[in-house]
Amino acid sequence: MKYFIKKLITLIITLLVISFLSFAAFSVIPGDAALSRLGKDATKEQLLALREEMGLTDPLPERYVRWLKGAVQGDFGESYRYEGITVQSLLEEPLFVTVLLSGIALLMILVFSIPLGIASARFSGKWLDVVTNQISQIIMAVPPFFLGMILTYVFGLTLHLFQPGKFISPRESFWKSVEYLIFPAVAIALPKIAMVVKFLRNSVLAQLSQDYVRTAFSKGNTSSGVLYGHVLKNAMIPVVTFLAMVIAEILAGSIVVEQVFSVPGIGRLLISSILNRDYPVVQAIVLYVTAVVVIINFVVDILYQLLDPRVRSV
Amino acid sequence: MKKKNFNLIAGGAITIFFLLIALLGQIWTPYEPTAMDSMAVNLAPCAAHPFGTDNFGRDILSRVMAGSGSTFFVAVSTVLIGGFFGTLIGALTGYFGGWADNMIMRFNDILLSFPSILLALIFISLLGSGSYNIILALGILFIPSFARIVRSEVIRYRDLDFVKSARIMRAGHMRIIFAHILPNAGVSILTAAAIGFNNAVLAEASMSYLGLGIQPPDPSLGRMLSEAQSYLSNAPWYAIAPGVTIILIILGFSMVSEGLRALKE
Repeated sequence: MKYFIKKLITLIITLLVISFLSFAAFSVIPGDAALSRLGKDATKEQLLALREEMGLTDPLPERYVRWLKGAVQGDFGESYRYEGITVQSLLEEPLFVTVLLSGIALLMILVFSIPLGIASARFSGKWLDVVTNQISQIIMAVPPFFLGMILTYVFGLTLHLFQPGKFISPRESFWKSVEYLIFPAVAIALPKIAMVVKFLRNSVLAQLSQDYVRTAFSKGNTSSGVLYGHVLKNAMIPVVTFLAMVIAEILAGSIVVEQVFSVPGIGRLLISSILNRDYPVVQAIVLYVTAVVVIINFVVDILYQLLDPRVRSV
Repeated sequence: MKKKNFNLIAGGAITIFFLLIALLGQIWTPYEPTAMDSMAVNLAPCAAHPFGTDNFGRDILSRVMAGSGSTFFVAVSTVLIGGFFGTLIGALTGYFGGWADNMIMRFNDILLSFPSILLALIFISLLGSGSYNIILALGILFIPSFARIVRSEVIRYRDLDFVKSARIMRAGHMRIIFAHILPNAGVSILTAAAIGFNNAVLAEASMSYLGLGIQPPDPSLGRMLSEAQSYLSNAPWYAIAPGVTIILIILGFSMVSEGLRALKE
């Protein structure tokens, strides 16, 4: 419990620091809400008057508190680019699409990497392990966006399994949009599968050289009995922490891969908002993604402690 | 043991090969990388253009050679910035410890938990895009990983006998850190640098692909790929040359880092 409270306090402090940084950073750069509303032709007096009215001349901490109050209720103000449209309404659908895409990718990673990782540890040094290892190393060297282009060429343009660029909104048809997201998800998942397989393999191998494994064998266990009954439980613990990193990487991967497959998710919105200098949107997305990463790390820390009580003392 | 040496040798060979190509690309390319030729648009690979030409009739081989140059330039500068400041911070915090060490490492860990591409995007949206800004952004982003590795190495050696004897000989703190302890961390720093190169190449390519990295007319492998995507159905070779080059450069660095790690053990 003490551990939990300590971690919770760290989480809250981290979230506050992150939110302050993402607020402060974007207040430093030239251009603000008043300028965007009035346009470049506005006179200095008009600008100053509107700034006063909108409270933009207040000191930074005061503006931060106001912004944060709005942010926790999902109110990030109005977009600079689309007049009169709130950031929240711009984010809604892309957020859903990205969560869907990341979910499919995560599912793929779990389904393929865990059996493969266990198998290549079990047959370490045999052909299955050697082949998996070499393929993993090559896959990890392929940039996700190039992998996406290869998939587009092979499965989209040559085999016609999907129509590149013809994304169907989940609002129209949920399953059709899932179908379209399968190949983008593969582009995100494949390099991560390679990473997790390698990590799990090494984790299982490290456990296999422990004394308790020898004891288990000496009690007459078969090798699969030892593997599934004893080793796997311990080998999965570091993998759980590793998965937190993988989830963060999936989010990062989707920023790039969404661009390749023209999936209208958070990543595409982020890039176009950066290019259009639509800072309230950038700010909101940055806050969302960083918060997700921090919260996932927190959840994994807690899980880790439940799985392996030894870490509490550290 | 034999196979691990293979990683270092083969990886080193790939890396040196592309480094030479990139250097050659700075002084000589078969064609001018930016020269357009309206008579030779989207040509398939042939004797005159081994990798074909792009949608403006530019020679893809020449552009890949010049583009590898910018890739290496960005990667080397990034790793130098990140490595220098990271080593400095890691060595000082690891050696002296205390609350400053605690604070800096906390902050470090938070930074490390974010994917570098996301942080790079945030930096670029603040700084604006451009070749120098991407070097600055990625360089700053690589400081934490170097700092953490160097710090743990310094802590490992800090209380060993040879350091104690140096202290008895009245060597100053700075001399102990930089002349006695850091040389022992050499292989670890090199391994981190190889991984750093790897990440830098990938990050630069991704940023340029997204249009936020190296700006035209400077050739860049990532940018070439984003242009190639529009012509994927009728000129697939446009994507192959820059894509395979990026893969091989990254593969080379990752084999070097695997080989170095094996060397350490």
